[in-house]
Amino acid sequence: MQFIKPFYSHAESRRLVRNQGIKDKLFSVLGVCILLLALMTLIALISDLLIRGIPRLDWAFLTEFPSRKAERAGILSAWVGTGLVMMVTAAVALPLGVAAALYLEEYAKKNWVTLFIEININNLAGVPSIIYGLLALGLFIYTFSMGESILVAGLVLALLILPVIIVATRESLRSVPNDIREAALALGADQWQTLRHYVLPSAWPGILTGLIVGLARAIGETAPVITIGALTFIAFLPPAPIQTDFPYVNFDWLDAPFSLMPIQMFNWISRPQADFHVNAAAAGVILIVMTLLMNGVAIYLRKRLRSPYKG
Amino acid sequence: MSDLIKKVDQAWLQPSERFIKRRAMRAAFMKAILFGCASLSVLVTLGILYVLLSESWAFFREISILEFLTDTQWTPLFEDAHFGILPLLSATLTVTGVALSFALPAGLILAIYLSEFASNSIRETVKPFLELLEGVPTVVYGYFALLFVTPLLQQLMPNLAGFNLLAPGLVIGIMILPYTTSVSEDAMRAVPNQLREGAYALGFNRMQTAVRVVVPAALSGITAAFVLGMSRAIGETMVVAIAGGQNPNLTFNPTEGAAAIPAYIVQVSMGDLPHDSMGYKTIFAAGLTLFLITLAFNIIGQLLKRRFREVY
Repeated sequence: MQFIKPFYSHAESRRLVRNQGIKDKLFSVLGVCILLLALMTLIALISDLLIRGIPRLDWAFLTEFPSRKAERAGILSAWVGTGLVMMVTAAVALPLGVAAALYLEEYAKKNWVTLFIEININNLAGVPSIIYGLLALGLFIYTFSMGESILVAGLVLALLILPVIIVATRESLRSVPNDIREAALALGADQWQTLRHYVLPSAWPGILTGLIVGLARAIGETAPVITIGALTFIAFLPPAPIQTDFPYVNFDWLDAPFSLMPIQMFNWISRPQADFHVNAAAAGVILIVMTLLMNGVAIYLRKRLRSPYKG
Repeated sequence: MSDLIKKVDQAWLQPSERFIKRRAMRAAFMKAILFGCASLSVLVTLGILYVLLSESWAFFREISILEFLTDTQWTPLFEDAHFGILPLLSATLTVTGVALSFALPAGLILAIYLSEFASNSIRETVKPFLELLEGVPTVVYGYFALLFVTPLLQQLMPNLAGFNLLAPGLVIGIMILPYTTSVSEDAMRAVPNQLREGAYALGFNRMQTAVRVVVPAALSGITAAFVLGMSRAIGETMVVAIAGGQNPNLTFNPTEGAAAIPAYIVQVSMGDLPHDSMGYKTIFAAGLTLFLITLAFNIIGQLLKRRFREVY
């Protein structure tokens, strides 16, 4: 006697299950296809740059100044400028970012001030980079009259990557086990000593990863430095930061006008002549190798140094 | 005897008053410095607001807001100057539309695949590559859109203009794909396993579980991913500046070229504009428009993100 009439016959339900299994497989295939599309794009992008750019890459390309003739133009002032600006960016963003993260993670009470700062940092991370350029133009250059210099470019890129460093540092601080803090406090260290001598050193790999990711982003940023007038036609180098006579370092370079890799590349792309596009590809090769290398190192570090206390 | 211990204790083991005071002072000092650095971010926001508002104020004293929002021409540097933001806005929205029409379905499918279908080892190998895709400089993406994607598309669509909104839109879609994928995947992984087990117990298979249980449960997080991705697409500058063209053009047709808001700002700041000229003020008015749009999307996105964390 049958109380409930089955909805599907046995054969029907077997067919149904099989069909659904096929749908599952089809969906997996679709997912893999999109994944491949994304990877193919990356490969196409890199190989296109390499095919066009590699023949142009030689020693002279690295040691020549920009020129009106495409085949004689080089990127000397661009890569020197990028290097100097990155030094400023790292020197400003690292201490500020780490300090802000330390406060938010270790000191801040849960109140509206903290919440406000956190929401604010989240929003800053979403502000388009060109807006930072307008900030630098209106505030640093016209209000503080700081000039269109390496210092301003470094500062604006530092502000841009500050959220990246803060988020990375906070995550890294969170992964330091509380035992460390308790042990240090029990031995009579105060909170600052605990942070300085125990927590920060164990969080250091994560902070370093954040810094590298941030700098990789800053190296490729073009928009915010265009608005502050990075020049594309610079036929001289900024004063060297190191000199042979006392006091051996000088900071005149901070005030110097500059050019940057992405700006140089943008300038070459915007020209109609195909010869300059080849130069752009060659500059692009160097730029992308630099950023991919930095991102790769960061990914590797994150995998290897996840936490000194696990395993 | 106990007297002696007390004396030694006081002499050697108790830190001196001065030491305690100095230590407390240093702790307070460090705390104040750290707080200062944390609140610097608020100063940055205030700085952005101050610059955008004060320069736009100067702009809107000469041009009425009504004209700014309704005029259909943007020719601030011509003799016959018009100051209507609509042509720039239409280009920005078209590019964003193209980008989202690729990134929305692709990102959703990829996120479902990675969170519900793919094995752990696939996920762990794939994610770094997606991160690399995110790390490519935008100027390189611009180069790619102009000199690779556009010629490729022109073979398929012969009447595509050399500068168009389709190629940058698609490239921006690829660019925001890793971000939207990882945020929506996080949202899906935050859905508790009991829900999946319940679905399986009712006879759902993977696909049905994903589409009918996991996606609805993670919906606010997924929406947040796309709202935040959209805000990135709107603010993306170099790709549209390089491959989208420089002429303001009131159109929603992606095969035509048109200047988007960020592209206009770049174009104007490449030239040497005197401070206080009308051209100088326009980039701040355009920047303010861009900032307000992205800010609105960011706030909506953050609120949605907060919600999906609190549900379970």
